Amino acid sequence: MSNRLIVSLSPHVHSGDSIQKNMYGVCIALVPALVASLYFFGLGAAVVMLTSVASCVIFEWVIAKFILRRPRTTIMDGSAILTGVLLGFNLPSNLPLWIIIIGALVAIGIGKMTFGGLGQNPFNPALVGRVFLLISFPAQMTTWPVSGSVEYLDAQTGATPLYLMKWAIQSGDVSVLKDMPSSLEMIIGQHGGSLGEVSAILLLIGCLFMIVRKIITWHIPVSILGTVAIISGVLHLVNPIYSDPISVLCSGGLMLGACFMATDYVTSPMVPKGQIIYGVAIGALTVIIRNWGSYPEGMSFAILIMNAFTPLINTYCKPRRFGEVIRKEAKK
Amino acid sequence: MKKLESTWYNMAIVLTFISVIAGAALAYVNEITKGPIAEIQQQNEAQAIKTVLCDDNAAITDTIVNGDVTLYLTDNGAAVKTVDPKNESFSGGLTIMVGLDKEFKVLGYTVIVSNETPGLGAKASEWFQKGGKGDIIGRVAGQFKTTKDGGDVDAITASTITSRSFLRAVNNAYAEYAKVMSPEVDVQTAATNPNNE
Amino acid sequence: MNQLKVLWNGIIKENPTFVLLLGMCPTLGTTSSALNGMSMGLATMAVLIFSNLIISLIKNLVPDMVRIPSFIVVIASLVTILQMCIKAFAPEIDKSLGLFIPLIVVNCIILGRAEAFAAKNGPISSVMDGIGMGLGFTLGLTLLGAVRELLGTGKVFSLTIFPDSYGALVFVLAPGAFIALGFLIAIVNKLKN
Repeated sequence: MSNRLIVSLSPHVHSGDSIQKNMYGVCIALVPALVASLYFFGLGAAVVMLTSVASCVIFEWVIAKFILRRPRTTIMDGSAILTGVLLGFNLPSNLPLWIIIIGALVAIGIGKMTFGGLGQNPFNPALVGRVFLLISFPAQMTTWPVSGSVEYLDAQTGATPLYLMKWAIQSGDVSVLKDMPSSLEMIIGQHGGSLGEVSAILLLIGCLFMIVRKIITWHIPVSILGTVAIISGVLHLVNPIYSDPISVLCSGGLMLGACFMATDYVTSPMVPKGQIIYGVAIGALTVIIRNWGSYPEGMSFAILIMNAFTPLINTYCKPRRFGEVIRKEAKK
Repeated sequence: MKKLESTWYNMAIVLTFISVIAGAALAYVNEITKGPIAEIQQQNEAQAIKTVLCDDNAAITDTIVNGDVTLYLTDNGAAVKTVDPKNESFSGGLTIMVGLDKEFKVLGYTVIVSNETPGLGAKASEWFQKGGKGDIIGRVAGQFKTTKDGGDVDAITASTITSRSFLRAVNNAYAEYAKVMSPEVDVQTAATNPNNE
Repeated sequence: MNQLKVLWNGIIKENPTFVLLLGMCPTLGTTSSALNGMSMGLATMAVLIFSNLIISLIKNLVPDMVRIPSFIVVIASLVTILQMCIKAFAPEIDKSLGLFIPLIVVNCIILGRAEAFAAKNGPISSVMDGIGMGLGFTLGLTLLGAVRELLGTGKVFSLTIFPDSYGALVFVLAPGAFIALGFLIAIVNKLKN
């Protein structure tokens, strides 16, 4: 309690925002999608989610306390819980526990605490964890349980819509796409995949909740989804081996990434103009990686790549300084 | 001893002198090592032929060179040194030797040149052997495909591209050998069929 | 006494891998296993010792303006000789490291030590510096290789510590090299202070 008197520059009006309020707000927004994944994947989803959240919080505490020797740990601000929830959403529901724990260690340890903790990390920690696992354990990370298979380790597995899309493009054979779920099923989320891939509509509701509550602004999600819809729409019209925009938008981690991961405060640009550049680039990269890259899903890579560009975007799109407008008008 | 001045004359002399000495040293070492290097290469090739045919006394009756493909014919089959015809392995340059018997069954194979990721794609030298997870020994070549592409050979974990490249090379070996065995038949195989990805 | 200091300097105080951060290309490229890292380190050390020796002997004969081309010719010849010898007498090493041997030519450690040390010191200290730097490099590469091999495949020097299926493949690939190197440097810095 050394700072009893806080000296700060004006303005002094506090908006009432705090880290806790925003972090728990995002968590609340994710609840509907979580309920959906519990419904579709049952026990497996619960085990994965609990392990992921618990290990993220524990690692944050251990690292802050014993390695960084911080006087106060920050586990109650909700950021570690949110990282855990997002990481859990990015994993298949039949993943062995030890892989989830490694993912949490990488997300918190390498993705966040190495750089100095909340606010310092250049990359979204949950995505760092996911991509690390994807590259490290590709076999386990790409065996997706089909929806409705509620067992934990021996869930029934099958091809995801993303995999079918990739296959159609690689073989140049449209008939592969006949196994795709219908558009309605895609929107409700009745298809195989990670926990957070299965309920596009509920994720969208969560996103609207965050925009209404002013936790995030609309710029990033709208620019990402819009870009993906336009590019994949054009590709679909030119050649039907590319899937239709609705399937593309509702499949994989696109909705989750656009609404919850790309909008992370720390790793996205500060002003609307920058956010739109960032969103459009993420959308374009996602479509490029999905269609022509060697991985079926490009969302996580696209967000990480643009995270790296965020400082550059911020350099060119600076937030307006307090009083700047008046000075400019005075010049005239 | 004082350092030499940087005059044109000095520089030219020194550079020439160093180059001549270096050239002479290289020529000398090259002369010494030329023999052993060639011998090792020959041994490797001969050993590879014996290994893939599973026959230590294999006698080569004919050698056919066809572009990147070399066929060593014996009485019981052929050892085919081949590359992936599409050359789309993960980092380029996968050369293998495959032993086929007269019914085109795979007798054995060995990876001769591989620039694949160590620990991943490099697993190809064991993966497809007898008892390996993607065992192709004893099966008829020509239509190998990974399970991901609708075939029945398990791809190497995390190295689908290398696996595809490897299987294309094996299928190519079959195509080349089949051409030699019955030149008049137009052999339509996985290796030459563009839709077979 | 002084010579030992030069030797020690290369191994610990100015370790090329963890302190000077020289020669990152072979460091990251060849350390997919402990054995590969060690072989690369030893090959580099061999070139380094001879290049340091030769350069310190000819340093007064070489005019300043052409010293870099002269050094490069010396180093390139040594590397080519080494490559031919490995091909002829150690074909097994050639199989795993063949691609990386020619890269020793452009390894900044060698030209760096030639410039910074051998061109200013006598032959004996230069050889000691070559041995020290070479050992330091070998140590760094072996350690990094061992960490990557252990985490990536569960083995160290091909001895199984834990089953292959628990290995994180990323450590065998290039990104894992960066992560492992970063953490090793952090640990070395921590220990040094």
